[in-house]
Amino acid sequence: MPEVIFAENLCKGCELCITVCPTKILKLDTTRVNSRGYFPAIIYNLAECSGCGSCAKICPDSVITVHR
Amino acid sequence: MARKLMKGNEAIAAAAINAGCRFFFGYPITPQNEIPEYMSRELPKIGGTYVQAESEVAAINMVYGAAGAGARVLTSSSSPGISLMQEGISYIAGAELPCVLVNVMRAGPGLGGVQPAQADYFQATKGGGHGDYRVIVLAPANLQEAVDLTQLAFDLADKYRNPVMVLADGMIGQLMEPVELSPYQPAAGLPAKDWATTGTSHSGGRRRIINSLYLYPDELEKHVRAIFRKYDEVERTEVRFELLDCEDADIVIVAYGTTSRIARSAIDKCRRLGLRVGLLRPITLYPFPFAAFEQVMGRARSFLVVEMSMGQMLDDVKIAVAGRRPIAFYGRTGGIVPTPEEVVKQVQEIAGGRVA
Amino acid sequence: MKVVYEKSPGLTDVPMHYCPGCTHGIIHKLVAETLVELDVLGRAVVVAPVGCAVFAYDYFNCDAQEAAHGRAPAVATGIKRVHPDNIVFTYQGDGDLASIGMGEIVHAAMRGENITVVFVNNAIYGMTGGQMAPTTLVGQPTTTSPTGRSRIGQGAPLRVCEMLATIEATTYIARVSVHTIPRLNAAKRAIKKAFQLQLENKGFSLVEVLSTCPTNWGLSPVDALRWVEQNMIPIYPLGVYKDVEGGT
Repeated sequence: MPEVIFAENLCKGCELCITVCPTKILKLDTTRVNSRGYFPAIIYNLAECSGCGSCAKICPDSVITVHR
Repeated sequence: MARKLMKGNEAIAAAAINAGCRFFFGYPITPQNEIPEYMSRELPKIGGTYVQAESEVAAINMVYGAAGAGARVLTSSSSPGISLMQEGISYIAGAELPCVLVNVMRAGPGLGGVQPAQADYFQATKGGGHGDYRVIVLAPANLQEAVDLTQLAFDLADKYRNPVMVLADGMIGQLMEPVELSPYQPAAGLPAKDWATTGTSHSGGRRRIINSLYLYPDELEKHVRAIFRKYDEVERTEVRFELLDCEDADIVIVAYGTTSRIARSAIDKCRRLGLRVGLLRPITLYPFPFAAFEQVMGRARSFLVVEMSMGQMLDDVKIAVAGRRPIAFYGRTGGIVPTPEEVVKQVQEIAGGRVA
Repeated sequence: MKVVYEKSPGLTDVPMHYCPGCTHGIIHKLVAETLVELDVLGRAVVVAPVGCAVFAYDYFNCDAQEAAHGRAPAVATGIKRVHPDNIVFTYQGDGDLASIGMGEIVHAAMRGENITVVFVNNAIYGMTGGQMAPTTLVGQPTTTSPTGRSRIGQGAPLRVCEMLATIEATTYIARVSVHTIPRLNAAKRAIKKAFQLQLENKGFSLVEVLSTCPTNWGLSPVDALRWVEQNMIPIYPLGVYKDVEGGT
């Protein structure tokens, strides 16, 4: 299973990663805010992750690191 | 090098090259075109670079980039073009970069005329561009001095990390006189340019940033105050002026550049008429030679400021004299160069009790 | 486990101030990755604009000079002429490059300066709060075209790639976007080609990147990406406008 790490406190909740994920496993965690006051993006179903890295590529703030 | 008859503009350009300047960015404008033309001929011969910019705005920004990269760099223009450069000069001062600017003054305002004038004194010494900064301003009166001051300008620019202006006028630019370019050594003790953007591989990975943006007010104030501590030192140590025949002068003429030479001729004539007249000639316009006035104040009864303008250095003379003596002013404008006879007439009127 | 994607060492650790979803962040990454991959980070100098990217000198992990508004191509000319071995690039927005800086970009292109220009076109003035740009679309509302840009009196948008491609001494001019992963990948290839050309002393290259401004467009970041597709691309077609070398 790929490893996906979020530098969560850099996330601005822009949802670009959610838009490009081919397996649709990203969402904003609306139950909490990060230190910047945004809902952070999270993977809610890592089992479906293909490790494509699209989320990481499009993230403007380099929040996401992907290992496969 | 032997003495050589040169045109002022070319002598200034040759002096810059002699001082190690290998980069020129400029734009044609009368009456200084011989400077870019000379640079375009001579720089490529010695591995230097001449770029004709699309405007003076572009030229001064090329100067900023080249200066920020650590080079000795020159630009030249005349009054309207120097106006265009003001934003860039402010940026250069704010980013603490060294460069040498030459203004071969012509008549203004606006498109004005192409004949000599001295009406950019305010622009040169009081800012010109926005914000708190000063430009060191050197005013040659003859071509040898233009050569010497151009070379000095590069040293001062590097020493203080600040723009330095050689303020000439169209007469100096176009005159031909013998000049000597002696072998040049940079001044001792100039700081290394360890702030220049040469790539992090040269600085051991430490990034170098040339910038004048400080959005936090306390940081900007600190930055500006630090720059002004440099100006304090400039005012203490870089003042240059000349006094001629002031030891017994009742009337002291204050004039710089070409006008000072006219004043000299006028003084000769006045002395033959029995009038005791002397000359106080500022060479640095910033820092203004206030100390020179203290030297003559004991003896002088009045001052006559002569400028090719409506009275700009006049304001600094008023500050220097501080109300202690009457100050007369004689100015020509439009590109007209006054004759010694006109100045003699002014002196006679003052001596006769009528201060203009 | 091997790395599929991680933050580029071409960027510093300074968190970016850009609005959520602003494509500046993406474009910075593509440039930073390129500098690292071409192994030129240690001799790169970025010339930062006035605009949202005014703090670019805080984000690129290389030497930098901050330029006056629009003057970056002139500043870059000064740097490159002094140090031809440096990889010198400007990073400019649509006000910086296509309004106040139009003279400087045209003439840097005219001279064939061996620099790379990254032109971020989001059809609006972001930093100053959403005024009309030369690249604003006809009918697009901005704070200085409140009823929509009017063809009469305000004209029609400038197409920078098309204009600059007519200049003889340019080498590579391309327009790309980053609003989908395939477009982002193509954008990176174009940016890499542009920098590679500078490395080979082949002359002036410019990559125009269609970008978003969610804040001043009044759209969510995701909707802003769609606006690029639906509204900008028809006016600013993607593609290579000049390629002296061929093989794109």
